[in-house]
Amino acid sequence: MLVNEKVAIEHGLKADEYKKICELLKRTPNLTELGIFSAMWNEHCSYKSSRLHLKKLPTSGKKVIQGPGENAGVIDIEDGDAIVFKIESHNHPSFIEPYQGAATGVGGIMRDVFTMGARPIANLNSIHFGSPQHKKTKNLVRGVVHGIGGYGNCMGVPTIAGQTSFDSSYNGNILVNAMTLGLVKKNKIFYSKAAGLDKPVIYVGSKTGRDGIHGASMASASFDEKIEEKKPTVQVGDPFTEKLLLEACLELMAGDSIIAIQDMGAAGLTSSSIEMASKGNLGIEINLNKVPCRESKMTPYEIMLSESQERMLIVLENGKEDMAKKIFDKWNLDFAVIGKTTNSKNIELFFNNEQVTNIPVNTLVENSPMYDRKWKKAKLPKKNKIKKETYNKLKIKDVLKKILSNPNVCSKEWIWQQYDHTVMGDTIQKPGGNSGVVRVHGTKKAVAASVDSSAVYCWAHPLTGGKQVVAESWRNLISVGATPIAITNCLNFGSPENEDNMGEFVECVQGIGEASKYLNFPVVSGNVSFYNQTKEIGIKPTPSIGGVGLIKDYKKMITMDFKEIDNLVLIIGKTEGHIDQSLFARTILDEKNGPPPEVNLFNEKNNGESLLNLIEKDYVKSAHDISLGGIITAISKMSIKGNKGIKLNKSKNLINEIDYLFAEDQGRYILEINPKNIKEVTEILDKNSVHHEELGFIIENDVIINEKTKVTIDELKSYNTNWLNDYMKS
Amino acid sequence: MKSSVITFPGSNCDRDMDVALTKFGFKNKMVWHDDKELPKSDLVVLPGGFSYGDYLRCGSMASKSKIMQSVINFAKSGGLVMGICNGFQILVETGLVPGVLLRNKYLEFICKNVFIKLDNKDNPYFKNLDKDIFKFHIAHNEGNYFCTKDQLKEIEDNNQIAIYYCDDKGQTEDQFNPNGSIKNIAGIFNKKKNILGMMPHPERMIDQSLSGADGSLFFKNLINNIK
Repeated sequence: MLVNEKVAIEHGLKADEYKKICELLKRTPNLTELGIFSAMWNEHCSYKSSRLHLKKLPTSGKKVIQGPGENAGVIDIEDGDAIVFKIESHNHPSFIEPYQGAATGVGGIMRDVFTMGARPIANLNSIHFGSPQHKKTKNLVRGVVHGIGGYGNCMGVPTIAGQTSFDSSYNGNILVNAMTLGLVKKNKIFYSKAAGLDKPVIYVGSKTGRDGIHGASMASASFDEKIEEKKPTVQVGDPFTEKLLLEACLELMAGDSIIAIQDMGAAGLTSSSIEMASKGNLGIEINLNKVPCRESKMTPYEIMLSESQERMLIVLENGKEDMAKKIFDKWNLDFAVIGKTTNSKNIELFFNNEQVTNIPVNTLVENSPMYDRKWKKAKLPKKNKIKKETYNKLKIKDVLKKILSNPNVCSKEWIWQQYDHTVMGDTIQKPGGNSGVVRVHGTKKAVAASVDSSAVYCWAHPLTGGKQVVAESWRNLISVGATPIAITNCLNFGSPENEDNMGEFVECVQGIGEASKYLNFPVVSGNVSFYNQTKEIGIKPTPSIGGVGLIKDYKKMITMDFKEIDNLVLIIGKTEGHIDQSLFARTILDEKNGPPPEVNLFNEKNNGESLLNLIEKDYVKSAHDISLGGIITAISKMSIKGNKGIKLNKSKNLINEIDYLFAEDQGRYILEINPKNIKEVTEILDKNSVHHEELGFIIENDVIINEKTKVTIDELKSYNTNWLNDYMKS
Repeated sequence: MKSSVITFPGSNCDRDMDVALTKFGFKNKMVWHDDKELPKSDLVVLPGGFSYGDYLRCGSMASKSKIMQSVINFAKSGGLVMGICNGFQILVETGLVPGVLLRNKYLEFICKNVFIKLDNKDNPYFKNLDKDIFKFHIAHNEGNYFCTKDQLKEIEDNNQIAIYYCDDKGQTEDQFNPNGSIKNIAGIFNKKKNILGMMPHPERMIDQSLSGADGSLFFKNLINNIK
């Protein structure tokens, strides 16, 4: 096929990008070369619209061993141990083929982690679907959940936490973000930077097939009515092979024969070989006839662009090939020496003894396009004037019922019961809590992880929303007694070519940056997913934040269930009655305007650190951060989990009772304290200028809100636990 | 006491089982599926996981792997062989215990705590346990035990039903059956009761910080019974 501008545009490149390619090469590329450029220069791989803004994120810190730019981020958890972690999107494929899309998303992120030498110890996910009433939603939920479980369960890695939401803005574009944490010794971390000349380049894992060709390009475009035709661009996962690949790689990594290793993810052999060469400032030569193929007569173009799963590329020390091959033979995996490193600084591909590609590596990486896209700044919306008379008809119990059974608040047990969350024998906090927690095997330490997003707040005001998500992640870690260390982010947005969407991106990133800098909670890895858009309609801006923290002594871990009758329940952080953009305003009053709750980073830091101090001193019996649905929702969940009720005091706060109970002010937590410690606790809080109030005390069976309103635990359970189960079975 | 845990390609509870056996005093060895000889053992465990990806049929390919001939010989000579979850699926594929394991009734993977009731303590696994109802953990997609009417009569006549799914009081009503197993069966013995296959994972409940500690009772008792 002759290459010209039209063919380039069909490959998702813009006319001026094609012109730039011809200039860089000083000739017209052939089809394989064009395919390679299109794979490397698409949004998904090149970050061309986002790079400029991502540079502003804080990415370093005392505990950061590796920030963005590698397969995953790495943080220090002391005693020579490190945690490797990252979150990644698999949105587009999951909408087209939910089971395989979600499964390979999980497989891909686990590969990113074990590529660095870490054994995966926990998976998390953040999944977002369209309105429950939308005709596609139910099947998408089922397919995605089965896909995540199908892959993670088979790998034997526990899925310990997650987040699920429903919103009509995802009707045409669901989100599937998968996160993995791995454990590694600090001195055994593997990187993707090639080094040395004439070192063998090794291909291991599954054979290459024709699946997933142009997957990364597909993920860099909006959807239209022809979306079903894209099914062949979705990869097919084989978790069994990945399990073998994991064990084989870790076995090889126990020695010292690997110079560099890189998994073949988006854009397969193309991006893995080019990234290794680029980082090492080297050239790479590959004989495509040596690549193990699943099908006969695959062309260089297909081999280079296939996104077949469960494959790795390794640069090995000379002379170690036989030893390495033995390991992969033992695990029944393909092993082939397909090329070598060179000093040409070009990627050179040979097929049937002919050179079929010769491209300078830097043209694909450093010279890839970078855009300063136009964007529009969002104004902080004016406060919504809600007439308090509209409250008169409302009964607290009815409102509570609606809030607890809301799809975004209700129990997600139907989902996480399908994920193996206990394999590996170290899960000490299961899904459904503030964070998932796994022990660091064989030690006193534990690692907490949580994944959060607040699309509604980000949509109402991206800057505030960006800050809020980071703060919420921080709170979720603190609520289990973990010291927050770092985050990974998955930035899901509409088209960067639309000024409003681009503005949402820029300002969310700014908010994330501000909060993570202030809280000393740096961003160590992540990915950007643009074009979550069908025709002209984009999703609500949805940055997902995956936070990781350390619990030095896992016996000090905190859970949210109420523990003991007569214990006192405190709230820390001030309740101002912020109702705009709350679940209450949006679902009960149908008011969608107004600003999201303000995020005061000083208070966040101060309140969080003070709580950690109380936990360290063993004063806290249970804790829960307050988020969606306000104080009463948090309390209800603590009651349900602990099977105990609470008698609320009459609030001294002057705001309206409904506002008080359902407001979503930030920086707040609920704590359970033994009365004998209350003096010490309040002294510490006062000393640190942390606002606190005594909410009530724990009783049996009922949540008593006021003289007229009492709800039993059984009622709360029935409100909260049934919705998803009933929906999926209806 | 010596134990061996077999690792098949795709096993993923092999390490957990090793941790549990070692914790309660077994000298455990990990044995590779492609080995021919079984080391000298007082107990052989087929662990959970997805041997050979559970492709074809759960446990079917593993049941034909090289080491299994030695395991079968060991079992037939009266040696103790325990299959947990995927290990149970492998055991039914070898025919060492009767019946088959179908997909769960609601066609979904289930990971949760369940209560189980022991029916029969006249065997090396449960002898001397001082309670009958345990909280165990299940995590499987194909745990729906099924057998023919004749087989059921035979296993009932021979007291081969090892454990039933139940509630905390030991009631075995349908609603306490997580996967649709016939008669709420969660585990089965062979006739001689030296082979036990069960879906629940006692190795995930060996410490109060985990899903529970009832697995500890099981392992402590098991090693004492073998001694």
